[in-house]
Amino acid sequence: MAEAHIKNYTINFGPQHPAAHGVLRMVMELDGEIVERIDSHIGLLHRGTEKLIEYKTYLQALPYFDRLDYVAPMSQEHAYALGVEKLMGIAPPPRGQYLRVLFAEISRVLNHLLNITAFAMDVGAMTPMLWGFEQREKLMEFYEGVSGARLHAAYFRPGGVHQDVPAGMLEDIIAWCDQFPAFVDDMRSLLDGNRIFKQRTVGIGVVTEKEALDWGFTGPMLRGSGVAFDLRRAQPYDAYDKVEFDVPIGKNGDCYDRYVCRVEEMAESLKIIRQCIEQMPDGPVMTEDGKIAPPDRGQMKRSMEALIHHFKLYTEGFHVPEGETYTAVEAPKGEFAVYLVSDGTNKPYRCKIRAPGFAHLQAMEFCSKGHMLADSVAILGSMDIVFGEVDR
Amino acid sequence: MQELAEHIAEQLGDVIQTQNIRLGELMLTVRREDIVKVLTFLRDDSACDFKILLDVCGVDFPDRPERFEVVYNLLSVRQNHRVRVKINTDEDTTVPTVSDVFAAANWFEREAWDMYGIFFSDHPDLRRLLTDYGFEGHPLRKDFPMTGYVEVRYDEEQKRVIYEPVKLTQEFRSFDFLSPWEGAERHLPGDEKAEDAPADQAD
Repeated sequence: MAEAHIKNYTINFGPQHPAAHGVLRMVMELDGEIVERIDSHIGLLHRGTEKLIEYKTYLQALPYFDRLDYVAPMSQEHAYALGVEKLMGIAPPPRGQYLRVLFAEISRVLNHLLNITAFAMDVGAMTPMLWGFEQREKLMEFYEGVSGARLHAAYFRPGGVHQDVPAGMLEDIIAWCDQFPAFVDDMRSLLDGNRIFKQRTVGIGVVTEKEALDWGFTGPMLRGSGVAFDLRRAQPYDAYDKVEFDVPIGKNGDCYDRYVCRVEEMAESLKIIRQCIEQMPDGPVMTEDGKIAPPDRGQMKRSMEALIHHFKLYTEGFHVPEGETYTAVEAPKGEFAVYLVSDGTNKPYRCKIRAPGFAHLQAMEFCSKGHMLADSVAILGSMDIVFGEVDR
Repeated sequence: MQELAEHIAEQLGDVIQTQNIRLGELMLTVRREDIVKVLTFLRDDSACDFKILLDVCGVDFPDRPERFEVVYNLLSVRQNHRVRVKINTDEDTTVPTVSDVFAAANWFEREAWDMYGIFFSDHPDLRRLLTDYGFEGHPLRKDFPMTGYVEVRYDEEQKRVIYEPVKLTQEFRSFDFLSPWEGAERHLPGDEKAEDAPADQAD
């Protein structure tokens, strides 16, 4: 038989592809069905967030963080609020801290619900998505209840949270917590032992501990490879040092382990939510310094000083002392951080946003090399990519 | 933190230009030629053990002789501490790449090149990352206007997306509310009750 010369086949994955989780273009070089090389083209959702923030006051910059990872908006705000507070040397009152932890965990469940179910859909399971969205909708009602918006909440502010929760909401959250494990059990019964699901995920995209560290993985991507590192535990912020929870870790570092990690994290989040509501003290939710926090409406109608404070806060904003900080939180996707440089004015001099998805996505070529084309979709799904934060 | 700082200072010696701890964060400044050596040391030394490079980013200070800072943020998972390493550079001077030390540096350096025009020498693949194909300029530089230079629209006649110079329907407004919080000092002419009125207004 004559020697056949096979040429590698190059395909364009995306920019519009249902499994690309947004606008990702990957130029893939295939040998038959085996992925040889991937060249990811990102930036199709680049909105210049960092540039815009340099032109806004500290308070005006906050809503941009909702628009980064729009699947779990409040976690991003958390990093920014903590960063500004660190530069200013203030801390929110206890109730504000607990509310932040509570809603950060709700965000985590929101994120994992979308990721797990979308991942399941990528590898062929439709039903979890439909069920998961019902639960997501219930959680977004809590978002709406505290901030008036289902997604772009702008709820965490430097100094605390904007408003206290409305009466009765904490009981509603408890009621939600009571019914949620039944959903998780249902979902797990569809996926955990499912032959098709396991064939698509077990042993796919294996990342060892050393490789995960080298590529800058954080969050469930790192824990899936067996590194027990969680910022909520290792470097606690707000009220995380007052609640108890476990850090689930994986063993093999494949797509299946990362899936199980996320499912277990939802159960841990539920624990934290319950403890937060149990321990939550009464009191203010926002620092009472009039130079940082706006006065309430009632005061503004009566007090001249409050009116002046309100006007100054929403025009000039507050000034942040000179300095720089790198503040990180354990966002659902991994370590989300802001590197803030302040020059002492009312606008950030530089605000670099460190998105976990950015580091994960750049390892896409490394993870997919030698796998089948269809596996690259499973790997991408397990990485939990949202383009709002990757492209910024 | 203090121990770690002393350990690093001892081991690296005069490679370190400045070192300080502010807001509970350790920061080092080194010369740009030494960055590969410093990061390799920080990664491999057992007391430092910074195995994760979290972030590389540029910062622009147009007034300085070397206008750019490149900032590396590292994390040690085992020792649970962080460090920030900084170097200075300008438009024409190259910075050695650290993508051989940390694989994660690859895209972060591409982003810094794209956004600031900081050139990393020996980088395996230094292309633009976030901006459009064929984009010109480095958008995060302080002298790059926020509105940019070109805008795109779909042209019905040519049946394709075309680039045009930016036309602002309303002049770009920069709101400068930068008055001191305590309020400006106001002097009423002829106000003899004012305690220390300026001399030129006293008459």
